[in-house]
Parts: sequence; structure tokens; C-alpha cells
Amino acid sequence: MAASVIKVAELGKSYQTAAGEFPALRGVDLDITAGEYVAIMGPSGSGKSTFMNLLGCLDTPSAGDYFLAGENVAQMSKDALAQLRNRTIGFVFQGFNLLPRMSLQDNVALPLVYANVDKETRRARARVLLERVGLGQYAESLPNRISGGQQQRVAIARALVNEPRLILADEPTGNLDSHTSEEIMRLFGELNADGITIVLVTHEPDIAAHASRQVRFLDGHIVSDHLTGEQP
Amino acid sequence: MIRPMLGEAWLAMGANRLRTALTMLGMVIGVGAVVIMLAIGQGAQYAVQQTISTMGSNLFIVLSGFSTSAGVRSGSGGGPTLTVADAEAIAELDGVANVAPTHQGSRQLVYGAQNWNTQVIGTTPAYLDARAWSLTSGGSFGDSDVRSATRVAVIGKTVAENLFGDEDPVGKTLRIQQSPFVVTGVLAAKGQNLDGRDQDDTVIIPLSTAQRKVFGTPFVGSVRMIMVQADSAEGMERVMSNVESLLRQRHRLRDDTPNDFFMRNLSAAAESEAETTRTMSILLGAIASISLIVGGIGIMNIMLVSVTERTREIGIRMAIGARQKDILLQFLLEAVMISFAGCLLGLTLGIAIALGINAITGMVVVISGTAALLAFAVAAGVGIFFGWYPAQKASRLDPIEALRYQ
Repeated sequence: MAASVIKVAELGKSYQTAAGEFPALRGVDLDITAGEYVAIMGPSGSGKSTFMNLLGCLDTPSAGDYFLAGENVAQMSKDALAQLRNRTIGFVFQGFNLLPRMSLQDNVALPLVYANVDKETRRARARVLLERVGLGQYAESLPNRISGGQQQRVAIARALVNEPRLILADEPTGNLDSHTSEEIMRLFGELNADGITIVLVTHEPDIAAHASRQVRFLDGHIVSDHLTGEQP
Repeated sequence: MIRPMLGEAWLAMGANRLRTALTMLGMVIGVGAVVIMLAIGQGAQYAVQQTISTMGSNLFIVLSGFSTSAGVRSGSGGGPTLTVADAEAIAELDGVANVAPTHQGSRQLVYGAQNWNTQVIGTTPAYLDARAWSLTSGGSFGDSDVRSATRVAVIGKTVAENLFGDEDPVGKTLRIQQSPFVVTGVLAAKGQNLDGRDQDDTVIIPLSTAQRKVFGTPFVGSVRMIMVQADSAEGMERVMSNVESLLRQRHRLRDDTPNDFFMRNLSAAAESEAETTRTMSILLGAIASISLIVGGIGIMNIMLVSVTERTREIGIRMAIGARQKDILLQFLLEAVMISFAGCLLGLTLGIAIALGINAITGMVVVISGTAALLAFAVAAGVGIFFGWYPAQKASRLDPIEALRYQ
């Protein structure tokens, strides 16, 4: 049995709103083991984005525990969370989120800057990963010189640069046409085949179908959790 | 950590060149103004300092009291109350470096076909020592010349030029009134004194000769003025009060009788002049530094705009692992870089303008390394001080909010 990369227990998150306390997550239990490929689904307002923010250590839970690679992150300081994000998690966003003024190579290398890696290593790692996603020839270009699909590939390269245990992808194909989406999903498939754990948020069933496991949220609860191909 | 961030700060500055340039302009003007004002202020101080040093240091003069005849009072120096013997007695006091009894007045000088009206000073050789006055050619007269009332003269540079032109005056004979005087030496140039009078427009002759041949005096042995030089600036006050009590004693004045002489501290007047210019230069610098603060506020303003514009970028950086202090450092570095670059330009511009002022108006300007260093320290300080708040604002953003920012 593989070790769990993510283990959440009774995870809850509430927000203060003008209308009083709003519970976005109400006691979620989930266990994701190394090498899994999980799609998180659900309509907007179901709590899946809140859940992703918690998984990504961008936010801290109001209740429950979250073990990321064995460490309980629920009570960590902001700086400790930042370092955890830097070393353990690779983010892929819907809007690509590359820094517009930097070359693709520098974009990919940016997480290494915050990990105090020296310049030569940063450059070499970024090169390798740009080659890996098939964009080595654009290393010195700015992000606005390439297409959306290519930008997303660069974003994936950036997510991989620090050799994370986990890739969190939030609607990674939301801004892409179906053909490009397929290419990106193929890339995720390859990464997963290499052993990287992937958690993917999407509301499109055919995107979710690329994952091996599908978890569905509704009103702050998990309402279904099954392997792809099985009926819930 | 700092090295890649410097590069990023450079990129950020280059991303909006006009804005960066305008922000920098605030610092350029501020630092430039400080540099120019300090250069002018210190120049003025230097000029005064120079003038003071030509006068001689730690000097005071004793003037004889006035005389009254038929109800008309002569003014100070008009009465025969001071004597050469008084001067000799003063010279015996502790802390006195030089004593020179003098008698001076304006007379017409003649040499060949040239004539020139100048100030004639009858005194002793100690006068030149007290005023630290050297000769460019020839020699001075000695005490024996004073005793025997020799007709010798030491002339100032202006007199030499006006009477002798290109000739070497040493050994030539000029006439004061009707008496011939042999020129023994030419004094080194001293330039203007604090009142703007040409100190080189003068002739110095032995006191006794002056009294007998030039001015004439009804009271033999009396002098109008005694110049006294104290050993040190600290000793001035003590020496002055000692001289006062000595003279009162020698003149047999009773406790209720006022002094029959006047004393004036020359160095004090000079010191106050120096103090005035010092105050002026501090004032100029203070006014100029206000523009530095305005420049700093400009930086803060732009950094705040920049933080808002780059909220999303901050969110991305945080998501991929930037700690709060990394973000803080990045924005702080940007502010300091703008400030520093502005300072460098301002320094260059300020020095150029100060040199230009010097070239055009001839005003003395002093550009000191201290002033430049100060400007740099201030620039770094301004960058950090005014950059801190925006940088801290950036570092405290919530990554989720920041990522969502459009």
C-alpha cells in the first residue's frame, strides 16, 4: 500500500460574511495516496475551490486536520506554508498565471529562486523542463509570444521545477479549446505515469474522465468518490 | 536571494520607463538641490574662513580714549591716553603672543612721477607677526629701526603695483609727505578683509618715524592703538581682562572712573561672521532637504500604485513559495533602487550645476565628499522609509485574494 500524500480528516472551513458565518466545507474526509490521479468535481459553490485552497496550503482550515506528506499543516505559520508550497506542491491555474515581464525560462525557474537555488542550477532545471513540455526553443521568449496552450505547458513546467510530491491543477483547461485541452490532459497523463500525484479541479466530465478517480462535492460535502469507469 | 531580486527590480523599473523616470526626477531634484545648496553654503563658509585667516587669529585692539577740547569730543583714539610704555607692559603679561602699538592714517605717497593715497601704518615689527604677514621680497624693519626712527617702509602689493608698476620696489626711495623712505620689502597679498577693504593697500613704517615725520604728535610716546594677539582662542578672554586691569592700574583710574581706553575683539567679529555663514548654509541645506522628502513621497505614491497593479503577480509569487519577507524585500529593493538611481543622477546634476555657478559667477563652491556621502545615505534612507509601507502592504496580501485579483 502506497503512503498517502494527502490525508484530511473532518476538514471544515467557514467564512465570515455579512449574513453571519458561512460554512463552505463541513467535515470532509479524504485520503489520496502517492501516484493517484484524482479529479475533484462539483458545481460552483459546492466547496471544491475552498477545498483546493486548503489542499494548496493557501488557506488554513477552521476545523479538522490536514496531513500533507505526513505533516499536519493545519497549524503552520504563513512562512512555513510558503516553504511547503514551494517544495511540495506544483500549481497549475486556469489563467496560466505566468509573469508577463519574464522570459519563459525565468518563469519556470522562479520557484527555485524562493528555494535559494543557485543561478546555474536554476537555469539548467528550467531548460530541462521546458524541453520536457516541448518548448525548449522558446526559453528566452516572453509569455505573450506564445499561445494559451503553450503558456499552460510552461506553467506545468514551472509546477514541476521543484520536483513536487503533488500537482494541484485548478481548471487547467478552462481557458483552452478542446484540441489544446486534449494535449494538456495528455501531458498530465504522462506526468502521472511518471509517478506524480495529480489533483485536478474541473466541472467538465470529459476532462475528469482522464483521472483515475473522481470525487464529487456538493454543499461542502463529498457526495461521491469512485474510480473512473465505475458507477457511483 | 538578493541577486535575482535586484534583476527583477531592474525589470520592474524598466517596465514603465516614463513613470520610473518621473518618480526618479523627484529624487534627482531633491538631491541636486541639497548638493548645490551645500556647495554654495560651504563655499561661503570657506570664503569667510579664508578672509579670517588673512586677518590673523586671536587679535584684539586697545584704542586710546577721547579728548575733549572746547566741548568737542575727538572720538576714540583721539586722546593721548595710551603709551608705548603701556604696550611694553602688556607684552609682559601671561598668554600674550604679540603686542604692536600702532598709529595709522591716510597719506599721499610719491615715487617718481607716480603718486598714490594709501593707509600708512606706523608700528613695530610685532605687527607683522600678529597678523601672520609674510614678505614676498626684501625684508622687514627691526626693533632698532623703531628705536632710531629710521625712514624705511614695507609696502603692500597694491601700493607696489600702483607706484612701481613692473619695477622692483626694494631699495627704491618713495616719499610720504615730504620725507623720503627706503622700501625694504614688499608684503604678500592678503586680499580683502571682512569689510571689503583691500588689505594690500598699505605702507608699514616704524612707529617712531610715523609719529615724528608723518603724523606728528603733541604727546611724545603716546599711541592711538595697540594691537594685542593672545596665545590661544581660549586665552582671549583672560588676556583681555588682564589687559584691562593692567591699563586701569597704570592709568591710576579709581574704581568709579570709567576706562580711558576702548577694547575691541577683532576675532569675535570674524567668528560671528563665520557663524552667520554657517547658519546660512544649514538653512539652505534644510530647505533643500524638504524637496528630498517630497521626492520620497513620490516614490511611496508610485510604489503603492505598483503594488495594486501587481496584486496578481504577488499572488502568483506567494503561491509558488515566496514568503512575506521575500515580497517585502522585493518591493523595498525597487524603492531603494529608484531612490539610489535618482540620487546618483541628482549628485551628478548638482555637481555640474555647482561647477557651472562657479564658472559663470565666480562664486566659491565647495563640493565635499561628506556631502555626497550624506546625499547617498539620505537616498537609501528615503527609499527604505518611503518604500516600507507599500512593501509591507504587498507582503501582507492574502494569496487567494491576490490570485483572484483581475
